[in-house]
Amino acid sequence: MKQNFMVLLCGVIFGIGLSLSQMINPNKVLDFLDISGNWDPSLLFVMIGALAVTLVSFKWVLKRPVPLLAERFHVSNNASVDKPLLLGAAIFGIGWGMSGYCPGPAVGSLGLLSMEALFMVASIYTGFFAYNWLLARK
Amino acid sequence: MENFTPYTATAGGVLIGISVTLLLLFNGRIGGISGIMNGVFFSAHKDPVWRLIFLTGLVLGVVLFQWLVPGFNVTRQAYPLPLLLMGGFLIGVGTRMGSGCTSGHGICGIATRSLRSVLATLTFMATGMVTVYIIRHSMGLAA
Repeated sequence: MKQNFMVLLCGVIFGIGLSLSQMINPNKVLDFLDISGNWDPSLLFVMIGALAVTLVSFKWVLKRPVPLLAERFHVSNNASVDKPLLLGAAIFGIGWGMSGYCPGPAVGSLGLLSMEALFMVASIYTGFFAYNWLLARK
Repeated sequence: MENFTPYTATAGGVLIGISVTLLLLFNGRIGGISGIMNGVFFSAHKDPVWRLIFLTGLVLGVVLFQWLVPGFNVTRQAYPLPLLLMGGFLIGVGTRMGSGCTSGHGICGIATRSLRSVLATLTFMATGMVTVYIIRHSMGLAA
């Protein structure tokens, strides 16, 4: 119960952060990616604000043996820079640039009753399904 | 750069940083949205509940902000549907293949000093910029 309350709170804070930074405005994201146009560096400042917290806090949190309300940390220890990582990131970036959405804003925009959000979430899940069932054959 | 909003962008980023910090501190989970979305239906450990609660909270946060500050964020109209659908599909495939998105690699992964996440973030930013250049300036679409 306490765990689920914290998860809900974290989600709410994340959603407020996306709203305040206007990262749920896909044109603002495209204006960041459009370096040869009327460049809007805001997304870079969102990253700086977030990393200013997490670069310090994650080091501190991960010094603990276990989380406060769970039995272990689910953190990847994969350190190999391989082809799927870079090819996958490249493909993701193309989709991001085509739409102006990444996964967080796509979900968050459902709260704006945006039709675009419905199309984005549905097509992202179609991509998950295609990868999980056809490409990765898991 | 008349659209540049440094203060709200930084403050929003700090909130996102606090959110993923609390999720790690209390629940031991990484706040990567593509992984959380995927795990709702495709979790190896059959644990979709916390993921659904997180995503519900994310939507509620947007609803709450919109209620407090109406008109701060407005929905985009008349963007080409094929770009959305093709884009979403590529986001789904790419984030699975590359194990993360803007939040998972860009915010959480870099915070763990992961070289994988640094390189993934530089890669998707680069291909995103090339894609927008082609769409807006070569094809003249969706300016």
